[in-house]
Amino acid sequence: MTGTVLDRVNPVTRLGAAMILTFPLLTTVDWLSATVTVIVELGIAAWINRAQLPRPRAMIRRGLPFLIAAPLAGLSLLLYGDPGGRIHWTWGLIVISDQSIGYGLAVTARVVALGMACLVTLSGVDPTDMADGLAQVWHWPARFVIGALAGVRMISQLSADWQAMKLARRARGLGDSGAVRRFFTAAFALLVSAIRRGSVLATAMEARGFGRGERTWARRSTVGRADVVCLLVATAVVGLGLGCSAVTGHFHWIGDIV
Amino acid sequence: MSPVISARQWGWRHAGRRDWALRDLSFEVPAGQRILLLGPSGAGKSTLLTGLAGVLGGADEGESEGSLTLAEGTRPAWMMQDPSSQLVMSRVGDDVAFGCENLAMTPTKIWPRVRSSLDAVGLGWIDLKHSTTELSGGEQQRLVLAGALAMGADLLLLDEPTANLDPDGVVQIRDAVADAVADHDRTVVVVEHHCEIWAEMMDRVIVITNQGVVADGTPDDIFSRMSSELAQMGVWTPADAISLAAPRTSAVQRGTTDSIHARHTLAQPSLYPTPGESAPSNATAPLPAGSPSQDPEATTGTNAIVAENLSIGIGHTVVAAELDLVIPRGASTVITGPNGVGKTTLALTLGGLRAPLNGRVATDEALAAKSRRQPHTWSSRDLLTRIGSVFQSPDHQFVASTVFDEIAVGLRALKRDADQIRTTVEETLDRTHLSHLSRANPFTLSGGEKRRLSVATVLACQPQVIILDEPTFGQDRLTWQSLVDLITQLRDHGTTIISVTHDQAYVAALGDHRIELKARS
Repeated sequence: MTGTVLDRVNPVTRLGAAMILTFPLLTTVDWLSATVTVIVELGIAAWINRAQLPRPRAMIRRGLPFLIAAPLAGLSLLLYGDPGGRIHWTWGLIVISDQSIGYGLAVTARVVALGMACLVTLSGVDPTDMADGLAQVWHWPARFVIGALAGVRMISQLSADWQAMKLARRARGLGDSGAVRRFFTAAFALLVSAIRRGSVLATAMEARGFGRGERTWARRSTVGRADVVCLLVATAVVGLGLGCSAVTGHFHWIGDIV
Repeated sequence: MSPVISARQWGWRHAGRRDWALRDLSFEVPAGQRILLLGPSGAGKSTLLTGLAGVLGGADEGESEGSLTLAEGTRPAWMMQDPSSQLVMSRVGDDVAFGCENLAMTPTKIWPRVRSSLDAVGLGWIDLKHSTTELSGGEQQRLVLAGALAMGADLLLLDEPTANLDPDGVVQIRDAVADAVADHDRTVVVVEHHCEIWAEMMDRVIVITNQGVVADGTPDDIFSRMSSELAQMGVWTPADAISLAAPRTSAVQRGTTDSIHARHTLAQPSLYPTPGESAPSNATAPLPAGSPSQDPEATTGTNAIVAENLSIGIGHTVVAAELDLVIPRGASTVITGPNGVGKTTLALTLGGLRAPLNGRVATDEALAAKSRRQPHTWSSRDLLTRIGSVFQSPDHQFVASTVFDEIAVGLRALKRDADQIRTTVEETLDRTHLSHLSRANPFTLSGGEKRRLSVATVLACQPQVIILDEPTFGQDRLTWQSLVDLITQLRDHGTTIISVTHDQAYVAALGDHRIELKARS
């Protein structure tokens, strides 16, 4: 992964920026603010990743879950959202009206905006740097932060265990039928293995002096001007989106459609 | 000077166990001494090291008696057999710094220490930001040692530090430890099954059972005076390595001089023990018949499995490419090579558990299932009587709650009738010396027992080919011998054996045909 301008920003600030960007998206619902946010975010993403723009496939692949989820979320509101305005089509519980079309569009744009916000701010964050920031800038407890970090590292080992177990079940003659049952016995075995690995790692960490009291941090995690700029940009993006919808009268709290 | 370690009638019993892990242990270790700690499986060697490392836990973990104390100010460091389970951080420099941080050292003092300890274990050339998971096993284990040195450890406790490593890695660790203790300013206690590589640099050998110390002296004294007692206890001695491996080593080395070149990986099929005989240049041709060490009937001149232009890997990641190799029917083939070269993936692909990424794996006609010759296209049930795979970690393989049911799993999948299942399981239990454990839960067995059970589950279905991944890993001398005898017996009765191993003694005993995978150049 090549570096971007965001590498100068502390990971916890990036997490903060993600919160600023997503909070209004989660609490309001109108198509305009979300659409404005998406457009601005796209511009920012393109600028940040300008080195990779010629090969956008990786970026699209990372955003794919949101691109699939967004229209599905929109569709459900289009069909079942609170009807209002002109009614276009009804069939059983399904009512498509002006208002539900508006909600559908709003939610679609919103899910895309949420996904974009997280991708732009958080993709490429190194877990170790994040842990350093959480512990030193936000002063979260070291035990929790280092424990979580070690847990993240264990995920790759556990996925290797899972693979081995799946293959082992085929080798044992259990691979032809009973997929559901097989899943549960393998899941139990994985749990056993996770507990064993976890306790071995915890003992190894204790043997290396972890958890004895005050500890220092070899890598200094600091915040500076870049962090301030990052937060200001995030706030400006949110302000722009909300401002547009307020001025044009499209603004809605999320409570309005439930 | 007061001793670094003093044990007085020390004992430990794990919570919930009736028997003591060890007790009545008394000895003293002066500073700077190098101790080799030996004993049969279950003697409590690991428990002792864990106790010395200070991580046995409190009263809820178990109960102790007597005393086990370290001199004031001693800094113990502990190294276990699986390096990947001890690495905490994802970057090399951060992992070495981890212990220093826990000792609350000033950050500016930490980095010079990190660099000098990496230098000391021969890893000075690695970038501090290098990923810890991309290191070889030998490098990872040296990284653990560097972390200990950076913390200022003066008592090194090494619990089978080389068990997972290829021969190169073993030497790397031994040399790094030798350097670390060269000035006699650090004390070291090593537990290792194959102790021959350590014996030379040790000052003292202590032999323990769970009843306490049974022998204590210089290596020369202990190994000359007690070699037969040690052998009876199941303890490996340096002489074993020589007597088991030596007579055949030279032939093996000469036998592998020819090789088939592949772009990424080198596969070297060769017929052992025919010194100087060239490897077959055409992989599909049957092997030259008649190797003197075998029953001539065993090698019928056909190949059970042939791999052509084979690329293996996981997902889209190619681990090794363009392999050409043959597995002769009725003989024992061993696959060796450095850590991470793809031996396990090769075993899984030959065993029909992973699909080849490219090229093909084909069996002979006798092995084919419903006239299909590519094992990865067979059903799971068809695999059972054809190719049985014994996994590296037995835990991954267990699916039942008792040893009896574990062995019966395959037979039930084959829809054998209940009486037949019972007889076959009982026979198999008997053959693998597990009868007394038939009602035990597989996960509660010892390492040696788990390995025998994982072999037993495959044996019960009587497959024509058995593939074993690191079968002798962590076995003491007695369990090693019974395993090798069992596999030899199977081979002599016509079963085709494929083993992935680092164990030189095993290669000497069962390397009828050798394939060496080489790292990408």
